[in-house]
Amino acid sequence: MTTRDLSRPRRPSSLQNRLQLGDWTFRTLTGLAGLVAMAVIVGAFYELGSQAWPAIKHGGISVLWDTSWNPGRQEFGVGVFVIGTLITSMFALVAATIIAVLVSLFLVEVAPGYISRPVSYLIELLAAIPSVVYGLWGIFVMGVFVRDHFGPVVVSTFGWIPIFDGTPLITGLFSACVILTVMILPTVMAVSRDVIAAVPRSQREGLMALGATRWEMIRLTVLPYARSGVMGAAILGLARAVGETLAVTLVIGNSVRIPDNIFSPAYTMASVIANQFPEATGLHQSALIEVALILLAITFIINIVARLLVWKVTGGHRAVVQE
Amino acid sequence: MTETQTTPSTMQVPPPPVVRAALGATVPVAKEAPPITIELRDVSAFYGKKLAVSGVSMSIRAHSVTALIGPSGCGKSTLIRTINRMHEFAPGARVEGSIIVDGVNIYGPGIDPARVRQRIGMVFQKPNPFPTMSIADNVAAGLRFMGIRSKSELRDRVESALKRAALWDEVKNDLKKPGIAISGGQQQRLCIARAIAVEPDIVLMDEPCSALDPIATLKIEDLMRELARDYTIVTVTHNMQQAARVSDQTAFMLMDPGDLAGHLVEYGPTSDIFTNPKDSRTEDYISGRFG
Repeated sequence: MTTRDLSRPRRPSSLQNRLQLGDWTFRTLTGLAGLVAMAVIVGAFYELGSQAWPAIKHGGISVLWDTSWNPGRQEFGVGVFVIGTLITSMFALVAATIIAVLVSLFLVEVAPGYISRPVSYLIELLAAIPSVVYGLWGIFVMGVFVRDHFGPVVVSTFGWIPIFDGTPLITGLFSACVILTVMILPTVMAVSRDVIAAVPRSQREGLMALGATRWEMIRLTVLPYARSGVMGAAILGLARAVGETLAVTLVIGNSVRIPDNIFSPAYTMASVIANQFPEATGLHQSALIEVALILLAITFIINIVARLLVWKVTGGHRAVVQE
Repeated sequence: MTETQTTPSTMQVPPPPVVRAALGATVPVAKEAPPITIELRDVSAFYGKKLAVSGVSMSIRAHSVTALIGPSGCGKSTLIRTINRMHEFAPGARVEGSIIVDGVNIYGPGIDPARVRQRIGMVFQKPNPFPTMSIADNVAAGLRFMGIRSKSELRDRVESALKRAALWDEVKNDLKKPGIAISGGQQQRLCIARAIAVEPDIVLMDEPCSALDPIATLKIEDLMRELARDYTIVTVTHNMQQAARVSDQTAFMLMDPGDLAGHLVEYGPTSDIFTNPKDSRTEDYISGRFG
């Protein structure tokens, strides 16, 4: 170790551009990482597309709305699965977002710290429960409750409305919707709680100082401010709901039929792949890969639409968060 | 309407909130001697267990500018926030003592803090217009809490408030633009317009110029003098020249090294505080020896 002469501070010897090795390495590494991410998406589309090609040639575009799936007779209409996936994930999206926003508002605006901290920790813990556990709970606890208590009450009260007129079983569309809601709730809630807590204090105080009540303050500053973030949170949840496989497969009933009421057994795209792929060969296998391709495309479209929506809501510029 | 000393507004004054009815009317106004509108009696403010302001008693006169000065941490911002019950907005914060506004203790039983804040407006250190609202909606926000729904009345009152805040000419063609689309100084005048649109009796200003450049600062100071004809202004400032320029009375606060809480050291007409302070600590501070 040498001692520097402190009386003469070290200065750059020249103002010439030096070789910025660190910068170059950093740019290259991050650029490669970005390429890998894009390659994965393109590769997934290509691989699924090429393996699904026999089924696409066999069924054409009409499989999208064709609802007869019968591998024995070489019928591969995926309409039932698309409907099942859309119904369950949309229900979960709406229900989980509403609950998450209400819980977040309670935790951030109402509850004192000694309540909000443990409660948010517990809710985040829900995200760590494996989906098979959700599925088994859905069958043995929730499903039984739906069949014996909740279902009969709904049918006898609202049975005159067609979609509530069914036979509640342990498994079915409704159970799948509830399970999905519970499963995506922690994600949506954790993110919306953070965006609600990030609303600047100066904004809240500005409104309170005008004589707003707490609810007016929430409605006029907290919710508009957090709106784009909450939508982002909902999209994260939706992406999970669309792809969730195991728990849904256990509770949805796996029946290739268009559901006609909330208790009907149904099927989702992810569950049909999980159920049939191990035994599938030939055209059947190719058709299942086609289902996967459609699932990927749906996720892709949902994400693009969601982005456009967030973009529109925030008026074209990025989130207005500024302290 | 039974108000005794409201603003000379050409517009119809809105239906009086409970507090205004309770606050107003009882004190007869002698034209030559402005009545006392705010009286602090032994006010102490706490954050949890920590005492931040200790035992302040002072009387603030109507239709004048009162400046609170003192070094950082002396509790002047905390004190001003007790006057419209914003202090308690912080978690664990509370106030002891009483503050009498035109004969009513705003810390008395059955007083609604939201109503108190409608009568006692506040302008904050950093301009905080609501970014998701237009300029016009920013000004109208408080009016909507008062239950005013009529479009034409809202429009008239927004225009009048913007004019009194000396901002109308600069924004009259941009009323639909977001409240954050204007400069910092304009944003602060927008916040002043927002505060006075509800026709409060008192406007509190917590270092309203500290985030602004000198020209914007001068504009706000002119505005404070102007507004003092109609409103009772209480302002916190770090800037002693500003206190000397705009205020009629000055209160000097200081943190006591013993209890680490802010105390009122001296309070009186601004000219006396700056030319002939009674307390040596005041003299040290205004002559720049510390702080």
